[in-house]
Amino acid sequence: MAKITELKNKDLLGMKELSREEIELICETAETLKEILERPIKTVPYLRGKTACFLFFEPSTRTLNSFSLAAKRLSCDIVSVSASSSSALKGETLLDTAKNIEAMKTNFVVVRHSVPGSAHLLARQLSSSVINAGDGTHEHPTQALLDILTIKEHFGDLERLKILIVGDIEHSRVARSNIWAMTKLGAEVSLCGPPTLIPYSIAQIGVKVYYDLKEAVKDKDIIYILRLQKERQEKGLFPSIREYINLYCITPEVLKYAKPDARIMHPGPVNRGIELTPEIADSSKSLILGQVLNGVAIRMAIFYLLK
Amino acid sequence: MKILIKNGRVIDPYNKIDKVAEIVIEDGKIKSVTSHQSPVTSKEIIDAKGCIVTPGLIDMHTHLREPGREDKETILTGSRAALHGGFTTICCMPNTEPPIDNIGIVKFIFESPKECEVLPIGAITKGRKGEQLSEIGDIVTAGCVAISDDGDPVESAEIMRYALEYSKMFNIPVISHSEDKSLSSNGVINEGIMSLKLGMKGIPRIAEEIMVARDIQLAEYLDARVHIAHISTKGSVELVRNAKKRGVKVTAEATPHHFSLTEDSLDSFDTNYKVNPPLRTKEDVKAIKQGLKDNTISVIASDHAPHAYFEKELEFTNAPFGMTGLETAISLSIKELIESKILSWNQLIEKFTVCPKNILGIKAGTLTKGAEANITIIDPNKEWKFKKTFSKSSNSPFLGKKLKGKVIYTIFKGTVHKWED
Repeated sequence: MAKITELKNKDLLGMKELSREEIELICETAETLKEILERPIKTVPYLRGKTACFLFFEPSTRTLNSFSLAAKRLSCDIVSVSASSSSALKGETLLDTAKNIEAMKTNFVVVRHSVPGSAHLLARQLSSSVINAGDGTHEHPTQALLDILTIKEHFGDLERLKILIVGDIEHSRVARSNIWAMTKLGAEVSLCGPPTLIPYSIAQIGVKVYYDLKEAVKDKDIIYILRLQKERQEKGLFPSIREYINLYCITPEVLKYAKPDARIMHPGPVNRGIELTPEIADSSKSLILGQVLNGVAIRMAIFYLLK
Repeated sequence: MKILIKNGRVIDPYNKIDKVAEIVIEDGKIKSVTSHQSPVTSKEIIDAKGCIVTPGLIDMHTHLREPGREDKETILTGSRAALHGGFTTICCMPNTEPPIDNIGIVKFIFESPKECEVLPIGAITKGRKGEQLSEIGDIVTAGCVAISDDGDPVESAEIMRYALEYSKMFNIPVISHSEDKSLSSNGVINEGIMSLKLGMKGIPRIAEEIMVARDIQLAEYLDARVHIAHISTKGSVELVRNAKKRGVKVTAEATPHHFSLTEDSLDSFDTNYKVNPPLRTKEDVKAIKQGLKDNTISVIASDHAPHAYFEKELEFTNAPFGMTGLETAISLSIKELIESKILSWNQLIEKFTVCPKNILGIKAGTLTKGAEANITIIDPNKEWKFKKTFSKSSNSPFLGKKLKGKVIYTIFKGTVHKWED
């Protein structure tokens, strides 16, 4: 197959829209750019004179910092608008806010918003490259890409790798983006969580679902643990955090049922003692900190490829 | 002033007419419908060769937004859009601001300028709050032809019981917006593969079906009349079909978008496809068509729901539900129901004339001698592009699209409206 050298679209909206070749291209580019992060002077002029605008309508520290750092490493100027300081509170619409920013001649708009499709809405209307940094429970493509890169670094490739995603699948954009990305790269993805946190129509996309964690971890290469949003319990989707921990917390006891070389991943931030025990988060099985570093590299690659 | 319509295939299900015939209009009334050539010397002659000539169509489910949101639609602009779509009688739902829950608003609607017949549907409960019955006697006397809290369900089964029971004395239908809000809350599209893919909160089919089942049980228990609005799921169609077999006084309507489109259209997050009840699946579309065929669903209604451009431009979750439909109802029906031979022409026209007429107990919908000369002329083969809407709003996914089958004339009380492309 002929290798591609650029992305098809001007925007990065989701993993659903990306081809396998595009995912490979982004990962290879990130691998190359990652070397810059090891240099004493960690800045290159690739995006000098370009401007990225960060439109974050949901609280975020790590994704925002990761994007900022990635842009800065490439000498891209940045402006940041968060919901509290923007006109969102004054009744300005998302589209108006974005159009106003684009009128300032930006090249990239990085958006995080609680409503699915918000990045698509902007992408249709703006000539800037729109990068989805998380749209509600829809997608979080840079998270999936950094996860893929981390897995590739550790396992070589994803072909036939058995990956289990544990937790609140229904409300997770990370799970969705990863399901699309990992299956495109040939991994066998399965899910584990209480039925109330598994999407109703999951059977239609052909991934296996477990309710029993010990059975689920059995032959998996990667156990990808999602963050539990505590407000789900308040909405009645499961009876108590205590019961959730009893059934779905990854403990050393649970890992006895897993392969000895199984690896642990988590998109962060970790609720220690809820989704997984501290000793596992800090163990050599954990790839969590590697994910964070790869986040910067992947976001550099995205800016670079969309420039 | 005489008008002659000749050479058209006249379909008037109420009078059991389906033949090539001539219609003579005199002084705004139907003078005659005859097979033979009339010796009349008319001032105006319309040649309807190759066309279907029907009584002016009835749409028993529209939202005209006046009073309250005149920026979206007014009774005048909505009635113009209706004429453009071939409708000469439309019913307007009471979810206005203030709602149509008292005699003053009913009078306001009758007195407002309009270009076709507009019959108000009154609110079931005061303020559409679902708590206390409106003065149903008052608003029916003032001219309301049905009651509904459309846009919202009557959540309390007890209040719905009283509504069905109380309205028996007026012989009007209670129109049920069947939605269990505890199951649909915050949902924006059908719960299924698309809500999974798009990460959006789904509206499960059971949110509709549980309410359809409840209202059928209530109607059966009380021997009262209930009409199910905008039926959207296979399960609801089956519930109505079985109830009708048992003799329950239940009727149902479907919208053109629910038998033309599926949830797959939502792939691009286009808010013009955001409607309530949501677009469902192929299976449901098939079941609705089957329901139309066996007359489980006896009415086609547009649920014309105009919204301002800036509102539909919002993030998907924040954009309002609804699409406009008055001007595309006939074209979509021809495409989905006539061309695929689900319905005969006579059956289709029944669902736009005699069926809503009988449910509402109104005069419109016939070519009976002496009736108001309300006539629609449809060219079933005309290909056209939906370029210009007469509605104040443009939230239709069909705007700019090519359609087949078009209303080319609408005659209201003897006044001829000829529609250009």
